Amino acid sequence: MNPSVAVVASLSGVVKRYGALTALDGLDLMLHRGELLALLGPNGAGKSTAISLLLGLIRADAGRVELFGQDPQAIDARRRIGVMLQSAFLPSTLTVSELLRLTMSYYPAPRSLAESAEMAGVSDLLSRRYAALSGGQQRRVQFALALCGRPELLFLDEPTVGMDIDARQKLWAAIRRLTAEGCAVVLTTHYLEEAEALAQRVVVLGKGRVLSQGSVDELRAHVAVTRIRCISDLDVHALAQWPHISRAERDGTHLLLHSDAPERVLRRLLDADPLLSELEVRRAGLVEAFTELTRESAAEKEAA
Amino acid sequence: MSVTAIATVPYQGMTSRRLLAAYAMEARSECLRYFRAPGFLLPVTLFPTMFYLLFGIVMNHNADANTARYLLASYGVFGVMSPGLFGFGVSLAMERENGLLTLKRAMPMPPGAYLLGKMVMAMLAAAIVMLLLLALGIGLAHVQLGVSQALVFIVTGMLGVLPFCALGMLVGTLVKGQGAPGVINLIYLPMSFLSGLWIPLSALPQALQRIAPIWPSAHLQQLALGSLGMGQSPAWPHLLVLLAYGVGFFLLAARRLRRVG
Repeated sequence: MNPSVAVVASLSGVVKRYGALTALDGLDLMLHRGELLALLGPNGAGKSTAISLLLGLIRADAGRVELFGQDPQAIDARRRIGVMLQSAFLPSTLTVSELLRLTMSYYPAPRSLAESAEMAGVSDLLSRRYAALSGGQQRRVQFALALCGRPELLFLDEPTVGMDIDARQKLWAAIRRLTAEGCAVVLTTHYLEEAEALAQRVVVLGKGRVLSQGSVDELRAHVAVTRIRCISDLDVHALAQWPHISRAERDGTHLLLHSDAPERVLRRLLDADPLLSELEVRRAGLVEAFTELTRESAAEKEAA
Repeated sequence: MSVTAIATVPYQGMTSRRLLAAYAMEARSECLRYFRAPGFLLPVTLFPTMFYLLFGIVMNHNADANTARYLLASYGVFGVMSPGLFGFGVSLAMERENGLLTLKRAMPMPPGAYLLGKMVMAMLAAAIVMLLLLALGIGLAHVQLGVSQALVFIVTGMLGVLPFCALGMLVGTLVKGQGAPGVINLIYLPMSFLSGLWIPLSALPQALQRIAPIWPSAHLQQLALGSLGMGQSPAWPHLLVLLAYGVGFFLLAARRLRRVG
């Protein structure tokens, strides 16, 4: 990692307990300028706690939390961030432009109303009351409020919940545009394809610690599984005995193989059945990697 | 603006002009928001005016000039308590539950703007209630008032709402969400009765008369009576008591808000 890249926020050795429950257990996390970091993990992994600490909503029991080199509760630090929370209620009798103007007033050098609305795709909703909007439209308004202050760091907590595919694609495009401008983004999401599509770096949390971090590709590599699918009448039981095949199944005319060395398996497979057809080879996605990682951590816990 | 602004422009602090504008914007939004919500404005304004009309005017239609004044002052206090208690208490309790307060705390809203906005809103609502009651009092109960007396009466209401804002805020930090209106009513209605806002204190049992000075509303009633030229004692002790209540409730509430959120 390039040490000259500016750190915009960090958690170091952070511990946070709620009574007997340890939500964060010595968490280290760094956010760099212009980087999109996806924070993943099963429920209760500590994602919300980490975000709440960075936003200055709660205090750590131990360790250090910094936002632009300051305490996150310092308002000057928070003037450089934008926030979109997961459960966000906004005053229902105000119009979209009133909500935007109010939020813009909190920042030293906000975007214009028109620019903010355009970036979030709410230009046509400005005169509507918030209560009259659909769930997806409300989410877009919340996104507009998050970006209107020209933030250098944007917190997006499950931003696309309740959005249709089209709205989601537009939001992704807007997020990419923000990161291209140098804005760092912290994204938590349940949609792994969202992290796959956007994130430069993925951090997987489990039980209040970092289970794994790296690029999407690095995370995928953690699960060295490739799926091979084809039509062939080779015997499944014989295939299961081949080296580098961890699983072999038959699904009607199709064969499904899992391998950690697909090139070798494929060469042998094509030799063994010259009539083989409809070949598909696919690497494990983030979904498989994520499932694998969090399953390991659960198993570890049971063993302990 | 160019799209490269973030990377090149170093961070600059808020100018004091922008900061002031943020406070004003917060207050404006809070007022607009509640005055557009019939569920807030109608009970807060209609409840005291209806009470005054029925019990202060219709039931006392033969009242002499002093009784009419006394009733106007008492119902004025009753009317002013509700925007403070409900505007602050219920909205704070709701917003602690629905996440708006969390979002506001995460955003760089200037310190205290949230509470100041609600205060301005409650003061305006109090002014509206006082105006409505004045109109009824002068129009139907034939209360004779000079312009300056009417103005002092309104200002008494607008400032008198503040200790009740602080009390509402304290309740709002103790109760979350839907439970708040019930708790507020449990304070609002008995306190109104016990401080002689519905039935004059002199008609209440001795024991209740003796404990009446506990209630902030009893002190505000004395100030309201004073503003209508019916003061029985100097104003400053009542002012001090209300100030002490206001500051005390506020400090307790602020401490709890900081600790619990």
